[in-house]
Amino acid sequence: MSDLKKEIDDVSGVDTTGHEWDGIKELNTPMPRWWVYTFIVTCIWAFIYQFLYPSWPLITDYYEGYFAETNRDRLNDELDNVAQQRSVTLDKIRSMDLETIRNDNALNTFALAGGKAAFGDNCAPCHGTGAAGFTGYPNLNDDDWLWGGTLEDIYTTISFGIRSTHEETRVNDMPAFLRDELLTKSEIEDVVTYVQSLSDSTITATESGRILFADNCALCHGEDGKGLREFGAPNLTDAITLYVTDRDSMIDIVSNSRKGVMPTWSGRLDEATIKSLALYIHSLGGGE
Amino acid sequence: MASDIKNAETPVSENDEQVVKRADVEAVNKAEERSLYAPRKKIFPQRAKGKFRTIKWFMMLFTLGIYYITPWIRWDRGEGMPDQAVLIDIAGRRFYFFFIEIWPQEVYYVTGLMIMGGIALFLVTSTAGRMWCGYSCPQTIWTDLFIAVERFFEGDRNARIRLDKSSWSLDKITKRVLKHTVWIIIALLTGGAWVFYFSDAPTLFNQLIHNQASFDAYLWMGLLSTFTYVLGGIAREQVCTYMCPWPRIQAVMMDEETLAVMYRYDRGEPRGPHKKNESWDGRGDCVQCRQCVVVCPMGIDIRDGLQLECIQCSLCIDACNSVMEKIGRPQGLIAYDSLKNFERREKGEENRFRIVRPRTIIYSTILVLVGAIMLYTLLNRSMIDVNILRDRNPLFVQLASGDIRNGYTIKIMNKTTAEQKYIVEVSGINGITLRTEDADEFAADGSPIISVPRDKLRSLKLYVAIPRKELNDDSVDITIKVKQLGGDEEDVQTTTFKGPRT
Repeated sequence: MSDLKKEIDDVSGVDTTGHEWDGIKELNTPMPRWWVYTFIVTCIWAFIYQFLYPSWPLITDYYEGYFAETNRDRLNDELDNVAQQRSVTLDKIRSMDLETIRNDNALNTFALAGGKAAFGDNCAPCHGTGAAGFTGYPNLNDDDWLWGGTLEDIYTTISFGIRSTHEETRVNDMPAFLRDELLTKSEIEDVVTYVQSLSDSTITATESGRILFADNCALCHGEDGKGLREFGAPNLTDAITLYVTDRDSMIDIVSNSRKGVMPTWSGRLDEATIKSLALYIHSLGGGE
Repeated sequence: MASDIKNAETPVSENDEQVVKRADVEAVNKAEERSLYAPRKKIFPQRAKGKFRTIKWFMMLFTLGIYYITPWIRWDRGEGMPDQAVLIDIAGRRFYFFFIEIWPQEVYYVTGLMIMGGIALFLVTSTAGRMWCGYSCPQTIWTDLFIAVERFFEGDRNARIRLDKSSWSLDKITKRVLKHTVWIIIALLTGGAWVFYFSDAPTLFNQLIHNQASFDAYLWMGLLSTFTYVLGGIAREQVCTYMCPWPRIQAVMMDEETLAVMYRYDRGEPRGPHKKNESWDGRGDCVQCRQCVVVCPMGIDIRDGLQLECIQCSLCIDACNSVMEKIGRPQGLIAYDSLKNFERREKGEENRFRIVRPRTIIYSTILVLVGAIMLYTLLNRSMIDVNILRDRNPLFVQLASGDIRNGYTIKIMNKTTAEQKYIVEVSGINGITLRTEDADEFAADGSPIISVPRDKLRSLKLYVAIPRKELNDDSVDITIKVKQLGGDEEDVQTTTFKGPRT
């Protein structure tokens, strides 16, 4: 430092740069040292960094860097890791029977979490995110099951579907009594009155309605109208209906029938996922 | 240059027959010359000796002792529980403080503690000024420690100024390297001690020396060590003057009766050098020795009056008192005093320290009140906690029988130190029934019994059904009671039950 070159500004006591414009001299106020040092360190860091990690674009490729490591690779590794860890548990779920899984606390927790996620992805569009269903799409929370509510029953329904393309599909066929000219309009009215009387004591059914029910409906729905699960025939005496409950709709159903479809999931979903789904649906409060 | 005068060495004045050292210096951070746009000027505080310096050494020993020893205190909580007296277990989500164990849900205890800390600080500040800043603030403690280390290697004020101005030599490099090494060791010990509050100290210590601790431990150690080194060693007074909000806030807690380190100008002025055997008539007691200036770690001149920069460390009192002793004048030219006392002396009244004032009464009352509430809630702390969450999708389910069912997820927290069994009952509506798949056993009346391990939370799904005819509204209240089996602890909660619109 030579004092000859230094010129101190009288007012501020700070050096000037020696630059002068129209009698105004520029004060020499350098960047703070810590800032300068940090800047130098970042420059050195950047220079080294380019050799360590992917940096320069090439014609068809890019320079990989010494470590040849990217966040994408790291993510893939981590995902592989997770899959690896999960595969042990998933293998167990695949090989064990449903009841055993349910009694194993750790496995059950794992299956329920997986089932919930799979339900949101695959089942929620028809059955709703809370599995409460819609008209024509059953509520899976309640205790009324068309094809049975045990773990095995639910598992079978999910695997093969209802009226699906699978050869082992659950299937039934309620005749369209009016369209197929099996019953007349007034006979259908009588049957519907009889069915309504099963759950509503204020309605009195006619004798002809009772006979028509016994002849045409009891085969599947049972003598007492309580349904038969082997045929997937609904219980007509309880509070739950898959379709609407007013008289006109009931007449329409008997006249034209309803044939809802549930797809088969075996082949589309992994065995472990289907089992997890069965366990999840069973856990919603209606499982038998 | 101006700064040269300020950091001039402090020779013994030639023409003064008294044995008083006189420093021909200006305060580095003098009130009239303070500018926000200025490079930092170095401060080389001289060593002070006296009553307050001794108190400060003891305070340093005491506070550092608490800081370093606390994580090593053991406290038996039984098998399988941490035996560290003070532990913030973030992974396990518990805060242990001797006999107290706090769950994350009870963080209001910590809030209460912080409010109490804040109010206590208000009370102390309104009574005796910046006691916190001067004696117990970590910034002050560590800066003091770092300056002591600096003094050990580089000598006192004059030697340090000489060393700072000298060109780089082997001697200078050695001294500087030694100083910074010790600083870094202190910083590492500080950051190192911090992580022990968050993990079992002996285990973590073992892991640290074997280089097996978690990355988090090293990260926090590194961060805190860096901050200790930078703030305590390098930034020092800059932290108090420019970074800390407290100097700005504390002004509103002080009034004219508040004690503060003050220069009694009414006694000291007019100031000036004094020769032995000269009369003291017609002049003040300040002999312009500027010892108060050279010992100041904040680089200010206390004789300029109350200043934001002053942390009231009282070192100037020590410096001034030792000079007063030598020249045979009464002590206390610089002393803890209040503004009101200046007025009193002017009127010929005695000095007084009025501790009972509306301000201190209000702060004390709030402090006692908050403390009492905290103590009450702590003593009546329930050992069971129940959270009830009603299913929202579906809102309700109609069963085949026509009954309406709602689903609830309830979480039972067992805060006791033993496994407990709890019986769950619902009531509030005729014919209400409860079903769960998660029960361990059932009572005689069919109510589920759930056992929860000690210090754990257990979640279970409850299905509550109500006959349709008993449901008068689409939303009714029901009561869920969780009662400890063979004990008094219970939690009764009212929750809603939703049904179809009628």
